[in-house]
Amino acid sequence: MLDIKKIREDFPILKREVNGKPLVYLDNAATSQTPQQVIDAIVDYYQNYNANIHRGVHTLSQEATDKYEQSRIKIQKHFNAAKSYEIIFTSGTTHSINLVANGFSSLIKKGDEVIVSAMEHHSNIVPWQMLCERTGAVLKVIPMNLDGELLMDVYEDLLSDNTKLVFCNHISNALGTINPIEEIIEKAHKVGAAVLIDGAQAAPHLVADVQALDVDFYTCSAHKICGPTGEGMLYGKEEWLNKLPPYQGGGEMIAEVTFEKTTYADLPHKFEAGTPNICGGIAFGAALDYMNAVGFEEIAKYEHELLEYATQELLKIDGLKIYGTAKNKTSVISFNIEGVHPYDMGSILDKLGIAVRTGHHCAQPIMDFFKIPGTVRASFAFYNTREEVDVLIAGVLKAKSMLL
Amino acid sequence: MEIKEIQEEIIDEFSMFDDWMQRYEYMIELGKSLPLIKEEFKTDDNIIKGCQSKVWVHAELEENKLVFTADSDAIITKGIIAILIRAFSEQKPQDILNADTQFIDEIGLKEHLSPTRANGLVSMIKQLKLYAVAYQTQIEE
Repeated sequence: MLDIKKIREDFPILKREVNGKPLVYLDNAATSQTPQQVIDAIVDYYQNYNANIHRGVHTLSQEATDKYEQSRIKIQKHFNAAKSYEIIFTSGTTHSINLVANGFSSLIKKGDEVIVSAMEHHSNIVPWQMLCERTGAVLKVIPMNLDGELLMDVYEDLLSDNTKLVFCNHISNALGTINPIEEIIEKAHKVGAAVLIDGAQAAPHLVADVQALDVDFYTCSAHKICGPTGEGMLYGKEEWLNKLPPYQGGGEMIAEVTFEKTTYADLPHKFEAGTPNICGGIAFGAALDYMNAVGFEEIAKYEHELLEYATQELLKIDGLKIYGTAKNKTSVISFNIEGVHPYDMGSILDKLGIAVRTGHHCAQPIMDFFKIPGTVRASFAFYNTREEVDVLIAGVLKAKSMLL
Repeated sequence: MEIKEIQEEIIDEFSMFDDWMQRYEYMIELGKSLPLIKEEFKTDDNIIKGCQSKVWVHAELEENKLVFTADSDAIITKGIIAILIRAFSEQKPQDILNADTQFIDEIGLKEHLSPTRANGLVSMIKQLKLYAVAYQTQIEE
């Protein structure tokens, strides 16, 4: 069982006040908070071995290179990738998706089809739309039902020999739905299509085994799993990463440059142009160490209890509707109260020290589907408590009484 | 009443409240009492850009004075536009153009709004002034 009181001690920010009230941080789906252990790793880097990596012969450069590459191995082990060079450091999920979408420009032709789910955030829609504009490929959408679950029979109908790529989030940021990615991957592979799974929302709650999933690409961002912002990773199967051309030029991605011809470095450096976010990469590894020490099974169990408790208590509020009621969902609750604009609710909750997300959560098609301007989203992490859920409920009731 | 006097009245009203929850409650009340814009004027042309929630503002000239009506789908935003309309509606366009908006800072509105809402507030003021420019030009012609 998790010792939440002890865990909370690791997060200095949880001690602060907002608007004179103790902070209740429930915006974890946007970014999670950072434990002291990760903050220490960042400080340690800048205090003791800040240097550019890979090409320096001096001690600091060697130390920074070692730590950075050790971090890559930590990520490889965490996601069970077969090779460490199948892990590409990126600035985050959006960067990872853009890298793949750009690479596929040379592998996709007019008339090919790519399939996206109806519950994606903009980062997993727009790069593919741009790919379709460049290549003449057609974008198809897997629809969802009112519970926020994908219609898998329709997905099967959409698949054909023309399907070249399927992309879907593992967990929806706006609805909390855990998608049946095993089935999505298996069916796509039957028609020879590659699959990219956006794991940004899944990484804080569960561990994806990329080999067991047999997924072609998997992405995540460090800042959603207790790591720093501006850092993330792309997992790609070696065969696919070899097929994709480099995304950006310069720095470590070259093997040899002449004005006549440039040859590219081997994986993973082929995709890591320029000086990377060295400190971010190292801190990413520290964040995974921290999360694994807490234990993902325990995290999932505890967060599920929080989700059930918060759902049950929120639904007692008259006029409150939850969007995203999938059977298989994670600790995200998107809701509205009839007659109350989500921005108004968010503003009052902020005055009470409660941080929630309001708006369309960068997933406008989902809001269009439900015909709403946005939602109030409370997203829980393993350091949140039942008492904080109670503060949220009291805050929602207070806001409701003021706004209606 | 002149714009300056109305603004001072608003400052006085807000100074009566001890904390920001009370000020929010007051803004919400102002929002609820805002005379609604006619449905026909709730068009895309009348939406103020820069607001996260929808805000419609319509202006028309009556006896050389500008009359503003507005609405929003969010009640706090409605309260904000209600305050602005109270300060600037039924005034001559030239007076609106000459008026400063210092009172917004004095009631502490901007600093107690989220940055997105504060941007919306700036956009609302800008739009009211733009209407004043347009109608002043019309009067001069």
